[in-house]
Amino acid sequence: MSPAEIKEVILDILGDIAPDEDLSELKDDVPLREQLELDSMDFLDIVMELRKRYRVQIPEDDYMELASMQSTVRYLEPLMRDIAPAKP
Amino acid sequence: MIAAGGDHDRIVITGIGLTAPNGNDLNEFRENLLACRSGVSRYEIRYVGETVAGVCNFDEFRYQKKKDVRRGTRAGSVAIYSAQEAVAAAGLDWPNIDKTRVGIYVGVTEHGNVETENEIFELKGFDYDTKFWSHHHNPRTVANNPAGEISLNLGVTGPHYTIGAACAAGNAGIIQGAQMLRLGECDVALAGGVSESVRTFGIFASFKSQGALASHADPTKASRPFDMDRTGIVVAEGGCMFVLERMADARARGAKIFGEVAGYAMNSDAHDFVLPYADRQAECVEAALRRARIRPEQIDIVSTHATGTGAGDAQECAALRRVFADSPTTYFNNAKSYLGHAMGAAGALELAGNLLAFEDRVCHPTINVDRLDPECALDGLVLNQPRELGRVDYILNNSFGMLGINSVVIVKRV
Repeated sequence: MSPAEIKEVILDILGDIAPDEDLSELKDDVPLREQLELDSMDFLDIVMELRKRYRVQIPEDDYMELASMQSTVRYLEPLMRDIAPAKP
Repeated sequence: MIAAGGDHDRIVITGIGLTAPNGNDLNEFRENLLACRSGVSRYEIRYVGETVAGVCNFDEFRYQKKKDVRRGTRAGSVAIYSAQEAVAAAGLDWPNIDKTRVGIYVGVTEHGNVETENEIFELKGFDYDTKFWSHHHNPRTVANNPAGEISLNLGVTGPHYTIGAACAAGNAGIIQGAQMLRLGECDVALAGGVSESVRTFGIFASFKSQGALASHADPTKASRPFDMDRTGIVVAEGGCMFVLERMADARARGAKIFGEVAGYAMNSDAHDFVLPYADRQAECVEAALRRARIRPEQIDIVSTHATGTGAGDAQECAALRRVFADSPTTYFNNAKSYLGHAMGAAGALELAGNLLAFEDRVCHPTINVDRLDPECALDGLVLNQPRELGRVDYILNNSFGMLGINSVVIVKRV
């Protein structure tokens, strides 16, 4: 999966866990929490969805890497490089 | 003795919010009860397959964001909708109410089955590897969940909890609210009961295994308490929350008063896991009458609990025959014939469905009685069409549950 495809995956997950939010103006380099109403349970949802959908395991010590879209994609890129994007 | 004190000790109903399979507010619900319109429909649930149920169609997003609905439970959404509607109906100046002085008391038959079943179903797709088990499981399944969701949604910082009381729970919630007001633990009680039971296959399957799950080619005729051709219980969901206040407070703010909680009682059969017991039910009714300081013949309408099982219907009728033997102007009806059995919400919903009789003086009937069971042939049973009464001063509401739990609430016209 390319960084652009990983970003699409994260946007799709965010669409599920924050369905009231407008994600179209999301800035990649600003912490997600500053732009969206997300709490710790929501971040656990991101972790769980990546685990369920792609079997990606994120250790608890690395949760801070999910702070912004940019840092999330950067962190996931080596973990998801060999994973094929889900078929539409 | 509830009625012994002054206005400070008298507890009144000033708001009603509800969702039932045949109505999403009090007026619509009442209209459908008087028009004999059932809310039971065809229904399908995993593993059990096609069956019938009473399902609600209220707008979950009227008072909740999509995210809150996703994160919470169906019981939570039912509870929030009912509580918000009750607060609105009460005309409370909600933004300026002291939220530390509001208590939330929600009766539930069970809670957590739906969420646990869903999670296990999901986990099956991951070969039962528990690292795929949701972190939402615990907050969704804690027993206080429906009451807690109300507190989060309405910003209530007074006490909140559920009262687990099987199918006596709707009345138990009201009783708890009245007691807490009288104890001075709160100034406004949001009290009633909720059910999300149509979403757990386990309840359907268990009733089926027990030979107590109703079926009928026409779903609207499946729930038929007192009828010889009944086949058992129709499972339903729903919720009904009341705003309870002290009479003095309600009068001071000029609130509309739907009725006064004049008496109540709860007791236990100590007899059987599932079978009801007429003697204890009768004692519970008598205890409520004593607390209200009235005689049986002063009750105008008895809202029966009967669920459409042979043993249950007959035991309750035996109890009522004993208590109301000399009450020629007491009339009996049953709302489960329209709704199915809304479990933890049943008692509260069934009471609400009768309260407007104080104004319109009509007793809604029990529907679907084509061949009356002789064991249930109470004098005063109102069948298949509404009955106009000269006046309605007292309504008595029965609600009984498994493990032999009985609850009775008496409401008086104010």
